[in-house]
Amino acid sequence: MDNHRSKHKSIRTEKETSRQHRNELWYRFKKNKGAMLGLFIIVFLVLVALSADFLLDYKTDVIGQNLKERLQSPSLTHLFGTDELGRDLFFRVIYGARFSISIGVISVSIGLITGTFFGAIAGYFGGYIEEVIMRITDIMSAIPSILLAIAIVTALGASTLNLMIAVGVASIPEFVRITRASVLMVRNQEFIEAARALGVKEWKIIISHVLPNALAPIIVQTTLTTGSSIISASGLSFLGLGVPAPAPEWGSLLSAGRKFIRGYAYLTLFPGMAIMFTVLAFNLMGDGLRDVLDPKLKQ
Amino acid sequence: MSKENLILEIENLVVNYELEAETVRAVNGISLSLEKGKIVGLVGETGAGKTTTALSILKLIPDPPGIIKNGNISVDGQDIIHASIEEMEVIRGKDVSMIFQDPMTSLNPVFTVGDQIAESIEIHEKISRNEAFKRAGEMLEMVGIPASRATEYPHQFSGGMKQRVVIAIALACNPKLIIADEPTTALDVTIQAQVLSLIKDLIEKNNASMLLITHDLGIVAEICDEVAVMYAGRIVEKGTLEDIFNNTKHPYTEGLFNSLPNIDDRNAILKPIKGLMPDPTNLPRGCSFAPRCDYCTDICEIQPENRMISHTHSVACSAYENPEFSIVRGSK
Repeated sequence: MDNHRSKHKSIRTEKETSRQHRNELWYRFKKNKGAMLGLFIIVFLVLVALSADFLLDYKTDVIGQNLKERLQSPSLTHLFGTDELGRDLFFRVIYGARFSISIGVISVSIGLITGTFFGAIAGYFGGYIEEVIMRITDIMSAIPSILLAIAIVTALGASTLNLMIAVGVASIPEFVRITRASVLMVRNQEFIEAARALGVKEWKIIISHVLPNALAPIIVQTTLTTGSSIISASGLSFLGLGVPAPAPEWGSLLSAGRKFIRGYAYLTLFPGMAIMFTVLAFNLMGDGLRDVLDPKLKQ
Repeated sequence: MSKENLILEIENLVVNYELEAETVRAVNGISLSLEKGKIVGLVGETGAGKTTTALSILKLIPDPPGIIKNGNISVDGQDIIHASIEEMEVIRGKDVSMIFQDPMTSLNPVFTVGDQIAESIEIHEKISRNEAFKRAGEMLEMVGIPASRATEYPHQFSGGMKQRVVIAIALACNPKLIIADEPTTALDVTIQAQVLSLIKDLIEKNNASMLLITHDLGIVAEICDEVAVMYAGRIVEKGTLEDIFNNTKHPYTEGLFNSLPNIDDRNAILKPIKGLMPDPTNLPRGCSFAPRCDYCTDICEIQPENRMISHTHSVACSAYENPEFSIVRGSK
């Protein structure tokens, strides 16, 4: 259908090309119901996180105690009920989205940028550069990632920023490995040699020819890791190593509710569901993106 | 012919692939020159060192393990062997460009064909992206593809069209020398003819020269001016089309012709050259073709010298020490 239309057109400009390209990607993404659901949940969560400050007053609504209304069951006044200090759990979960989303995104960015950089260098150049990078990666991945994160947080001290760094660094090895593996596959393809034969500079070959072709697994890894980073961050907070109380990070909420799980299960149920749906949304969107961005799956 | 008239000059090129356990002697001292405006065919079996020779001209031998051991290459007077990587990046695509064997894999699947043609123009001529993209459209028109298809991806093209795109990329910066590494091998026969005549026309139009690597003598007869026959990393016979096709001297060239099907006698049994190419990690002493040669004598223990038959025709075969010697093409 596209050919037919374009036959009557003269040469298109670069800008039109990329616009058309984006439209096409969006069209294919829209057809994937799971991915759209994931995107919808993520957009919703981001909007909630962004507007939480305007809708809620942190001092009174989120951390303000109200002992008269402690441990109430979910009702119309308190949608998710209240905790042992009478704080509205609904408000706290909503405010917690800020922490979880920002920790997820920032820590994954740390892992993604560092991991892809070193992975691409290792895969493309090979030789002893690769040996050094991959052996360091091996050492890092020999330590369970949660232990590594715990060690980093303990060394740096418990704070939101340190939590992001810890979770981010723990995700580097996976990114290095995945990037290297897919760069290795792309590196020996003929079009890379063709680009070299055209006089394209090495760094430009890596950035504009190798990486875009190696991107699909990295994108999937990014979204999956965003999910698991949120889980790790919540886990660390659960252990008391993450966002310090009384900030309503979802992991801290779980940890606080744990003591009351027999009588007041909703205290753990709602934060747990928040974590679950967020991770699920990232995973759904990752799968959808992979299908959309793989040029071989077009049409 | 004067030196100024040469676009490509290779002298005594030796390329080895040095692996841990063994050394593959891919190219063993070949000399080849190419005049401006000419198309020279480099013919030989798989593994004869044709592609290695071509990659050496662009200094694209995978290193390690490939090493240019010896020799000189100059393209339009510029020394290639001693050029730095930065100098090579300027030469590649601008002065010398390459058409690769398989159009299915030599285009980047994630970019539109227009982008890929424009990339080369953008690198070598300092013009804006939009202008480069417009030029890419013109290049597509030149190879017979509507410019509107510049915004499409390689997978939307057929094999023959992809090869035209590859040709458009190779010609985008008006290179002086084009190296075509089996440009039609991956195409079916009807498309082969189209692509070949397109290449020939464009080369004449752009006043370029071409080194055509192939194992197909039919293609050589179609478009080449001169032919060099390669065997086990050496050029065994070299001459004009006429010299090689009608005045065959080397037993190996003879074998190649004999192994072609005969169109006049369709029942004739093919006469392939017996045996296999020698292992390039362990080449025989003397003439490498000797073990498969019907004319082989004791004299073949010595490395044969290049012998000029006429001022265009040379052959490397010791049998011509004997002035009486002549091959008997097609009659065995």
